[in-house]
Amino acid sequence: MKRIALLGMPNTGKSTLFNRMTGASARVGNWPGITVELLTGKILLGADMVEIIDLPGIYDLHGFSEDEQVVRHFLHDNVPDLALIVLNATQIERQLSLLLQLRQLNLNMVVLLNMADEARKFGITIDTAKMAEALGMPIFLLSAKYGAGYNEALQAVTKALRYTTPGMAEQLRDQLEQDAHIESEMARILKHAVDLPARLPDNLTDQLDRLMLHPWLGLPIFFGIMYLLFQAIFLFGQPLQTGVNDLFAWLRDAAIVPLLAFLPAMLQGLLLDGIYNGVATVAAFVPLIVLFFLFMAIVEDTGYLSRAAFLMDALMAKMGLDGRSFVMLLMGFGCNVPALMGTRVMRSRSLRLLTMLVIPFSLCSARLQVFVFITAALFSPKAAPLVLFSLYLFSFGAAILTALIFKGYLPNSDPFVLELPPYRFPTARQMVLRGWHEVYHFIHRASKFIVAGVVLVWLLTHLPPSAAPASIDTLAGVIGGWLHPVFAPLGINEQLTIALIFGFVAKEIVIGSLAVIYGLGGEALGGALAHQLDWVQAYSFMLFTLIYTPCLSAIATLRNESKNFGFMLFVIGWSLALAWVTSFVFYQAARALGY
Amino acid sequence: MLLWNNAGVIISCRIMPAVALSTLVPGEAATIAAIHTEGPLHQRLLAMGFRTGKRIEVIRRARFSGPVQVRIGATDILLRKNEAEKIMVKKT
Ligand SMILES: Nc1nc2c(ncn2[C@@H]2O[C@H](COP(=O)(O)OP(=O)(O)O)[C@@H](O)[C@H]2O)c(=O)[nH]1
Repeated sequence: MKRIALLGMPNTGKSTLFNRMTGASARVGNWPGITVELLTGKILLGADMVEIIDLPGIYDLHGFSEDEQVVRHFLHDNVPDLALIVLNATQIERQLSLLLQLRQLNLNMVVLLNMADEARKFGITIDTAKMAEALGMPIFLLSAKYGAGYNEALQAVTKALRYTTPGMAEQLRDQLEQDAHIESEMARILKHAVDLPARLPDNLTDQLDRLMLHPWLGLPIFFGIMYLLFQAIFLFGQPLQTGVNDLFAWLRDAAIVPLLAFLPAMLQGLLLDGIYNGVATVAAFVPLIVLFFLFMAIVEDTGYLSRAAFLMDALMAKMGLDGRSFVMLLMGFGCNVPALMGTRVMRSRSLRLLTMLVIPFSLCSARLQVFVFITAALFSPKAAPLVLFSLYLFSFGAAILTALIFKGYLPNSDPFVLELPPYRFPTARQMVLRGWHEVYHFIHRASKFIVAGVVLVWLLTHLPPSAAPASIDTLAGVIGGWLHPVFAPLGINEQLTIALIFGFVAKEIVIGSLAVIYGLGGEALGGALAHQLDWVQAYSFMLFTLIYTPCLSAIATLRNESKNFGFMLFVIGWSLALAWVTSFVFYQAARALGY
Repeated sequence: MLLWNNAGVIISCRIMPAVALSTLVPGEAATIAAIHTEGPLHQRLLAMGFRTGKRIEVIRRARFSGPVQVRIGATDILLRKNEAEKIMVKKT
């Protein structure tokens, strides 16, 4: 099968073009020679199936960034039959340098000048015929987003595929020093084929930025937008999540339970409470992920995410992070899972890892449920809001501390030189495709891991069969017993320790598991907890719950976003250690002070 | 303009002094005189359109000595302060 690689600088619309070409059929895949996964899609061009590969955006073919290395290695090991070079027509002036570098590779190439619509608005005219002549390769103006010029370009691509790639990318490295003449050639081509206005018209972007990046109003507006985003995701997300849960519960009672009735009770439990619940856990995240990325598509495609980087950078740089990390951290307060997936916008691996290390400390809505229940049971209505607020402070504190400690180990190698794109309207198609791709990715990658984890915890809390579920006699109880010396200095008793084991799967089930462990539900459970624990113990338990591993889904996401099992183990280990120390210091100090 | 060091020896005698980009205030425009960076940062700057002789305009600066937004041609770019210190410009 013939292969087409999409190449170009970041933000030129490669993904948009890729999506237009491949629709919803794109998949991620591994390639020889490189460690990152690339999006690929197969489409019918003319009479043949061809494979299209979306390469990461690069500024310079000889650059040192991770993406630039990936592209070099890719081209070296997988010479494409055709390279589709995507340039932003409005920035042709500077993007030509990459094209001239790529031309030296002697690949079979077609050049696409994207964002024709914006170029027209800016008064930039490009004579593609002259330029094609000067460069000696086919050049087309198009708008990947709106489709103008797309069909002509596609025909040219089909035609170009008939030729074989003349050169090989073998001598790639020898050519490192051959860029000297590029500048003069750039000037020559620009002079003949491109007409640039001396100064850009004062456009909508400038006017909007005057407000959005205002010295005093910029930050309040940013937090306002974040707040609205957050509210919107959970306003729509929570009912959808409940709906999915109800659907799965209904299906279970109506169909699965009767279907499995003939099986022995133990096996039924395993299938229903283990595997089926695992699947339901995965499904419950789907609406959140879809919504999150629908809204993220807006924030990203409009160009506001780069503005957030501008506004928050002064603060975040001190922590080794940048403004985009901050947006993801904030979104993590809704749900860590999509926030972790969202870190993909950061192209520097160490920056991304550092961000993924801090996001799990965001007090997500599932943890909030636990805290609301416990504070309601143990604290006066007057104290409860303060208690919750203090937990948010601890959440931020843990994130900041972690960033400060580890920023030295994960130094950001990518220079902070970010492009600030003009504001753009996202199209519905872009948003929906984004949501779909992310959900597919999550289900494809995380579901096995999550189901296995749920099954494991079920086994721990139900074996041996003779023991009452989740009681002290089960494996979990035995482990709880072993761990008792570890948790006793935190004021966390054995029952609560078992609940923490459940909490490893998902915080949503902590209260439910306590209900099973104590054999009581609702108000009665709250009463029993209030009877057994004092506020210091309860707060210590909440601190531990806040800081240790968020949930199995977050861990699965960490693993498949970092592609590094060791990193995942490290995140678990660090959060457990930090949780233990925090609870320990709090509990012992409070006791020492006589509480 | 002439510059002397403590001993009174002339160390620089250019007509138009080149200053660091970081000293420009929003609204000011200048011509890039020299780019004192190397490695990845240098290459990134080149790819973003930073070249000697190009016109550069400072659009705005973020609060709390945050990044500076500059414009070269049709591209708007965010730079941190210590990067902006390495780019020398001549005011026009
Ligand atoms: N006006 C306009 N915007 C476009 C066009 N193609 C892409 N975009 C927008 O440009 C931004 C970057 O596009 P994307 O596909 O993510 O770029 P990539 O980084 O090269 O993959 C997005 O906001 C797109 O919606 C186009 O033809 N016209």
